[in-house]
Order: sequence, then C-alpha cells, then structure tokens
Amino acid sequence: MKYLDEYRDGELTKKVLVEIEKTVTRPWKIMEVCGGQTHSIIKSGLDQLLPPEIDLVHGPGCPVCVTPLELIDKAIALASQPDIIFTSYGDMLRVPGSERDLFSVKAAGGDVRIVYSPLDALKIAQDNPEKTVVFFGIGFETTAPANAMAVMQAKNQGIENFAMLVSHVTVPPAITALLESPDVQVNGFLAAGHVCTVMGYWEYEQLVEKYKVPVVVMGFEPVDIARALLMCVKQLEEGRAEVENAYARSVNPDGNQPAQDIINQVFKHTDRAWRGIGVIPKSGYQLQDAYAQYDAELRFPEIQTIAPQEPSVCISGLVLQGLKKPNECTAFGVQCTPENPLGATMVSSEGACAAYYQYGRYAISLEEDKITR
Amino acid sequence: MCLGIPGKVIEIYQANDMKMGKVDFGGVIKETCLEFLPDIQVGDYTIIHVGFGISQLDEEEAQRTLEMLREMEMLADELPELDGGLQT
Ligand code: SF4
Repeated sequence: MKYLDEYRDGELTKKVLVEIEKTVTRPWKIMEVCGGQTHSIIKSGLDQLLPPEIDLVHGPGCPVCVTPLELIDKAIALASQPDIIFTSYGDMLRVPGSERDLFSVKAAGGDVRIVYSPLDALKIAQDNPEKTVVFFGIGFETTAPANAMAVMQAKNQGIENFAMLVSHVTVPPAITALLESPDVQVNGFLAAGHVCTVMGYWEYEQLVEKYKVPVVVMGFEPVDIARALLMCVKQLEEGRAEVENAYARSVNPDGNQPAQDIINQVFKHTDRAWRGIGVIPKSGYQLQDAYAQYDAELRFPEIQTIAPQEPSVCISGLVLQGLKKPNECTAFGVQCTPENPLGATMVSSEGACAAYYQYGRYAISLEEDKITR
Repeated sequence: MCLGIPGKVIEIYQANDMKMGKVDFGGVIKETCLEFLPDIQVGDYTIIHVGFGISQLDEEEAQRTLEMLREMEMLADELPELDGGLQT
C-alpha cells in the first residue's frame, strides 16, 4: 500500500540503524510518547536492534491505559442502568474497574455496544429515542476533534438523548510533568505523530527552550521510527535541543486548523487524573458550558460518589512514566495477561505491557543477552 | 486507536452538513468524515482516526524523506548481524 510499504522497508531501516550506531557515543535514554509507537517498536523488534547505548523507554501515550479508574467505575455504573445504552471504543471493555469491567456488565445483560466512531454512537441515539445513549469520550488530541464533532452534531440536530462521559487527555502537559519529575531522567522525546498532525508542534518549542531536551515528531512505521531516533541521537550527541519533524508527510508546524477549531469550540482545558500517575494540571478537556447538557457526569449526578481502589501489585503507573519496563513487574505474564489483565496497560494493544506480552519480551534476562556485539 | 493508517479517498459527498467520503484501505472501504480536510480531493491520501480524516498526506514531503534516506552513503550489509531481525 502506498505510504505504507516503503516505510516498512527492512533494508532502508537497517541503513538508518547503521547510521545511528555510527553516531552514538554515550548512553541516552529516549522516550517514545505514544502507545501506538510503542506497539510498532516492539512488533518490529526495533528496540532489540538498537545499539546498547540507547535505552528506549515507553511513555504515557496510551489513552485506554491512562483513563482513570474513577471514570471506568463511572462508566460501569452508567452501563448498568437499564435505560442507558453505553457506547465505547472496543478497547475499553476489558479495562478493569475497581470490581469488574464493562465486558462483564454486557455479559450480565447491560446494553454495552462497541462503536468504531463517535458518529456511530450518535446514530444509535437517533435510532433509540426512548433510551439515553452515553458515549465514552476518551483519547488524546487525535480523537478529540471527532468526539467534539459528535457533540456538536447532537446539538445541531437536536439529538437530546445523547451524552458523553468525557475523559480526554492532552500530551504536552504530560511531557512537562515527566520533565518536572525528579525521578524521570529522559534525555530526548519522540513526539506522537498523529497528535502533532492535529495540534502541530509549536507547543513543544517552549518546552525545548525551558528544559533543553530534543523533541522529534515521529511517525509509526519502522523507517519513520529509525529516522526520528537518528535525528534525536544526532541532536543529543551535538548538544542541541530543538523541535524537529521526522513525519513531515503528515505533520506541519501548525497542525490541522479546522480540527483545532472544533476542539476549542466544544472543549475547554481542565485538570485531569491519569491512571497510575495522578492529577496533571490542565492536562485534559471537558465540555464547554454551552455543551454542558451533553456531559454525562452532570446529567447523571448519582455517579459522582465513587471512591475507587487500584490493585496494589500493578506498577503500570511506573511503566507509563518510563520508570519501569513491563517485564520488571512481578505479575507480568503470571497473574497478569491480556486474557486476565490487572492493569490497563495489559489491555490495550497500545499498552506497553500488552505489547511486551504479545511479542514475547518475557524476561529481563532475555533482554540482556539478545544481541551480543 | 492512534495507529491511523493511510487510505485513498475514492468518493466525496455531503451528509448532515458534513463533508464525508469513502476511503480505500487496500481494498477495505470505510465511510469517513472529511470535514477537517477542506482541501482534500478524490485520489488524495488521508490518515483516519475513529472515522475522521485528520491528515492529507503530502506526496512531495514523502518522496523527499525517502530520497534523503536512500541517498545515505553506507551499505546495509556493513552490519550483517542485523539481518533478518526486522519482524514487520
Ligand atoms: S504486567 Fe499487569 S500488573 Fe504488571 S504493570 Fe503491567 S498491567 Fe500492571
């Protein structure tokens, strides 16, 4: 397929890897922010082909993984109500709440439906006027314009039996929080290509200025990933810290203006809790007052009172900050598997634990003797 | 959710006051909202997320990147131990 096969070219990827090997002289810790990229890296085995100086750590950019437990519990409470049709992206159904997941609500007879697009949820609302359709509006800046459009369409078309449980998060405040954290020692960031497709990368200029870390906008295929890594390593070796774009076929500096416009019309910034990490100031979206009637938390105030509990063994918060690798968790592959996940990072295909499990990164010892140079 | 893959726009129409289209992903056709891509036309490539086109892919930039990488001097077999490692 065009724009795909040429970026999966193994020979070209290897050429870039050789160049990285030639460039690197010192250890560097580099974080890929986006869970989709984590998945690509582990799937292609790129992490195992890098020179030993480069430690790739995985970031918090998995929307399913960072959706706070409190909101999963609220989703479960809503989905259990007989007059509600609860709609969600499929990944969310297996995410464990305090006591159960959405899938078990569905199995017990709850009307929980998987949708591909928020517009599908709107269609379900039109077809079922006697019920209220609640859509679980999760994701980063990539899904925000789509979810905003669904709310705007509900208003424009007068569809009143539609509401959204909003759990939107945004990337730059999370990177700032990681940079501010004394525990996190990341030398460079590979920014999420599709988030930047929507938002551009101007927001990172200040960050680079203040913290002196390189940020390279990265695509999702092996050639894209290798190239972005090379650009990041070059900056680090040369002592530069700049924002660079290694995904220019999709990303321009200002991003997608119509998409940003609708985000700004429908959403406003809010403090948001990230699962396993905690509250990050101004790191999320909530509905603007003009759209408050579509806010599921306001429409169903009875779901407000839930005080959730995390399982203590799960270290997904550390995994999401790049402080631990999934296979350093004692539950990894033992009590915790994709069939029986303890934490959200084992559920989503974008979660680092699920990627490690799926592609056989079982033991740390295996990691160490993989490539002997 | 964030693994948007590129597809080719094969049809454009209006529905509920939105620019909509059919997008071909190597034979799988998906109905897509193209409201965020005012300039996109039939034959262009886009990346879609949750049913919405977010990007119009830039052919020139794509070619420039590939040419630049292909022109890099070194030969891949300088490092034979990388052979067969890529699982994609
Ligand atoms: S392996 Fe399971 S328990 Fe351990 S951090 Fe990952 S999700 Fe949590």
